[in-house]
Amino acid sequence: MVLLLAFGIGPMLYALYLAFTKAGAFVGLDNFVKVFGDFRFFPAVQHVSAFVAIWLVSLIVFVLLLALVVHSVRVRWLSATSRFLFYIPGALAGSASVMLWLFMLDPSVSPVAVVLNQFGFTSFIQTVALGNLPVIFTVIAFWTGAGGWIIIMYGALNTISPDVMEAARIDGAGPVKIAWYIQIPLLRKWIAYMAIISLAAGIQLFVEPKILSLASRGVVPKDYSLNQLAYVFAFGSQADFNGSAAISILLLVVAMGLAAFFVFRGGLFERD
Amino acid sequence: MSGTRLQVGTAGSNPARWLGRVLAFTLIAFFVVFFVIPLGWLLVAPTKSTTQLYGLNGEQPFSFGSFDQLAENWNNLVAFQDGIIWTWLGNSVLYSGVALAITILVTIPAGYALAMTDFTFRRTLLVATLVVMLIPNTALVLPIFLELTVVRLIGSPLAVILPFSFFPFGVYLTYIYFSTTVSHDLLDAARIDGAGEFRVFWNIAVPLAIPVIALVGFFNFVGNWNNYFLPFIMEPGSRRMPVQVGLAELISNTPAFNPTNVASLTISLPQLALATIIAVAPVLIIFLFSQRFLVSGMTAGATKE
Repeated sequence: MVLLLAFGIGPMLYALYLAFTKAGAFVGLDNFVKVFGDFRFFPAVQHVSAFVAIWLVSLIVFVLLLALVVHSVRVRWLSATSRFLFYIPGALAGSASVMLWLFMLDPSVSPVAVVLNQFGFTSFIQTVALGNLPVIFTVIAFWTGAGGWIIIMYGALNTISPDVMEAARIDGAGPVKIAWYIQIPLLRKWIAYMAIISLAAGIQLFVEPKILSLASRGVVPKDYSLNQLAYVFAFGSQADFNGSAAISILLLVVAMGLAAFFVFRGGLFERD
Repeated sequence: MSGTRLQVGTAGSNPARWLGRVLAFTLIAFFVVFFVIPLGWLLVAPTKSTTQLYGLNGEQPFSFGSFDQLAENWNNLVAFQDGIIWTWLGNSVLYSGVALAITILVTIPAGYALAMTDFTFRRTLLVATLVVMLIPNTALVLPIFLELTVVRLIGSPLAVILPFSFFPFGVYLTYIYFSTTVSHDLLDAARIDGAGEFRVFWNIAVPLAIPVIALVGFFNFVGNWNNYFLPFIMEPGSRRMPVQVGLAELISNTPAFNPTNVASLTISLPQLALATIIAVAPVLIIFLFSQRFLVSGMTAGATKE
């Protein structure tokens, strides 16, 4: 409980204090106005939204598809093995997965160079061109994170009573119809949970652009995402902790809003 | 893979069913390839020299180099800045290990208290835990940094260990576990037999909670080991970095990515791949050992990004 106070609520309050003050004096919304006015702010918002949009859609579509298909496979070893293989890249989260994808994206060493060449990329710098980044980050995030969600959805599919499925089958529904009219509606809560957690996490994008920026000599800008911009504010030449706190608060408010919405509306936590 | 039977369903006409199976199988196969190719490549990359990696003499991406080359890459990597990779690994073990111990000591009693006892503000605390749990860790990194700057902890191991030990998700898991699987009657029986509150917790609740303790420990350790943003900000100076942050540091010493680098000792691409393997090895091993329980779907609802 002390930890909750010290590292959950404490930092929020302190960041709030910083966001509304400058050199100890209350300045109202000045820090926010300054951040909004910064020439790097809106590009960062665009970058992050593009990534989050592409990522959420592909995550939901492919995770559901794979979970449903793997669940319908009756050969046990095949189902278990594919689930395991989907999940194992999760071990390489954080900088390790980005590191690995640096290799994958560099046509000169990549085992999938053929694929990259198909898209007309012949050098690493071409591959990580600004316009490609949302897709690239999606691929990396999907590779690392989707397996965990596939397994969660698989677990949730297991909780659907076989009687319901059997009844639908007797009524003549094919696997596609069963998936669409029975399984997916019953998974609604889990899908919402996944979407909200992923949305909240996606806005915080940091490691991927940070490392790509290191590796691409600045082709990927060092203030690509909002969290990076907050970092630049605090640690760059400006050392502007107040501006940094303002961005953090914005991100935090979005994340908290989503979380609160889910806790109070989602009904997933009705066990109390 | 001949002889694989996919029974997608019993309804529908035969050609449609057959088509469905082929589609399902193709989909699985495609994604298995997608998930496995990078891993497979990573495992063979350190056995090659740089020229072999680039395939300049016609080597295939998945060809195996040689053990001698692996040893050479290993020696070079270990020699880099007097074996700084061991320092990084040591830091990772220290940060994640101590945080793991604190997390278990804090979350298990907290979850127990929330589930099994009644006190004022219980509901408030529970809701606060839920909300904070759903906030991604990264959202709190800068605020925590600002807070710890005030108390002058930046750069000390505590600056990473304490936030790592903050794990509301673990409290929630423990809470769910106790409230759904352990009955109040059992604890009351022990109380009637004269056991004090602490003995009830220690001798009855804790042994029952072993599975959830393992689960909390697993998620906490894996998450902390792979965390980049927090230690990156809290621990400036390369001697204090954990290995995940060190990896990124290696990139700036890799001529392939940073040709302007003038350091005498540099890191080649195969060595970078080797370093990546070393950095994730502990987590990978944990994954392999716990694969049965991970894949079973028992973890439903049990991950947080």
